[in-house]
Amino acid sequence: MSASETLPTTRVVDLRSSTVRELNQALHDLPPDAALSRWEVRSAAGEHALAVGINAPCTVEIKGHVGYYCAGMNKHAEITIHGNAGTGLAENMMSGRVVLRGNASQSAGATGRGGLLVIEGDAAARCGISMKGIDIVVRGSVGHLSAFMAQRGRLVVGGDAGSALGDSLYEAQIFVRGQVTDLGADCIEKEMRAEHLEALGALLEAAGVNLPARAFRRYGSARTLYHFNVDHADTY
Amino acid sequence: MCGIVGLYLKNPALNDQLGALFEPMLLEMTQRGPDSSGFAIYRDLQPEARLKLVLQCADNDFSWPELAAELTRTFATDVDFKVVHTHCLISMAAEEAAVRRYFARASLPCAVVSIGRHIEIYKEVGLPQQVAGLFNLREARGSHAIGHTRMATESAVTTAGSHPFSTGSDLCLVHNGSLSNHNRLRRKLEKAGAVFRTDNDSEVAAQYLDVQMRQGASLEQALYAALDDLDGFFTFTVGTSDGFAVLRDPIACKPAVMAETADWVAMASEYRALAGLPGVETARVWEPEPATVYVWEQSGRGRTASKRAPEVVAA
Repeated sequence: MSASETLPTTRVVDLRSSTVRELNQALHDLPPDAALSRWEVRSAAGEHALAVGINAPCTVEIKGHVGYYCAGMNKHAEITIHGNAGTGLAENMMSGRVVLRGNASQSAGATGRGGLLVIEGDAAARCGISMKGIDIVVRGSVGHLSAFMAQRGRLVVGGDAGSALGDSLYEAQIFVRGQVTDLGADCIEKEMRAEHLEALGALLEAAGVNLPARAFRRYGSARTLYHFNVDHADTY
Repeated sequence: MCGIVGLYLKNPALNDQLGALFEPMLLEMTQRGPDSSGFAIYRDLQPEARLKLVLQCADNDFSWPELAAELTRTFATDVDFKVVHTHCLISMAAEEAAVRRYFARASLPCAVVSIGRHIEIYKEVGLPQQVAGLFNLREARGSHAIGHTRMATESAVTTAGSHPFSTGSDLCLVHNGSLSNHNRLRRKLEKAGAVFRTDNDSEVAAQYLDVQMRQGASLEQALYAALDDLDGFFTFTVGTSDGFAVLRDPIACKPAVMAETADWVAMASEYRALAGLPGVETARVWEPEPATVYVWEQSGRGRTASKRAPEVVAA
């Protein structure tokens, strides 16, 4: 058996001749226990909600820039976007892997519960807002209010971070290689210990981002906002 | 939610296609604003002493020839006019301030939609496709255009409440967002001489820029001052005689995307509005930074546009 026979054939969907609804329905029709299937989406042209809600181990290659909420709620699938993405890329991802070759607009990876989101360019404001377990690796920089109220998971920023990074942070970990404009409420820099270097190195490798873990600094929650403090009652 | 689009042609060879390139951008934003639409086209620059006015009157019986005759008598000038649906494009030799005073005083049922040497604004209630058709947008030639599709949140759905809002000579403003301090600001601006036609928050932003600039601020200074004085959400695009400017508020919830090639610079609320432009596949595409003024204009050395460094601060 040759290698070509073991690889599933790629199904090509051109959005000039198919609707977004037809694409998503076909992807939803894949059973979760199906063998790997391969998809290529052409002529994305900024359409919204491409390849959302997949619950099967397929690979999807999207050619062109995409609109809002691309790859949202993803489970199991590996989705690569060859372009830029609008608001809410891979929001509420559960598992799988989403790779963006370009830049992302605001709220990339918002509320994600699992899986890995890799952004090879920059991400705009509110990257990883309210993340709940997802790993987000941004090769470039992120905008203001990134990891706002982030509860679990890791946000890794290869470039700089905008203002109010990690505001009202819970237990998510943040790693930044470049400058941080300023930290949000209750977010502090923390010591980078050996176990953090090791885990970050593994995450960078998994993301295919060739940066040394030791170049990063670690930020996390000071945990002072977790409980109501009666001494602060006057300020509320 | 509203939609904004802007297209500035760096390559004059494309000027004949302005409308054909720009109309699909506007129509693509229909979902963001289906209740009204409007656009400013920059074309047919008038000689120094002449002005272009676009007037609007909902009354079908209104006599534009009589108004033209009256303007001829009052301003001792020849007056050319062309009726386009509910709007009338007028060309005459006069001072802008005098013409503004005339229309502020005269008890006419028509309103000044735009005034300048270069700009023409057309806007109406209705789906963008209908509005574009009424004013034959597709055939428009010119150097640049700014457009808006409206989903009203703050005030009535009327022609006067549609965008763009004229902000004085050859400037106009389109807005996606909502301002929360517009009532107080409106009272302040009225004291500074602004005359309002609507309860619309975006008109307050337009008048704010007009007042700032009449007090001597540059467009960039006026926009940076707006960051301090306007409270609320906004992505603004301001059309100018030789380009356009873009500003987002510091929170930047309202979307904006820009793209540039050797032939054009464009902005839109969403990328899909840009997806049909020639060469967009290889264009530089980026999201404008919050609280940063972007100005694109014709330089002295040909038709190249440039982004100015945002170091200018409010006077």
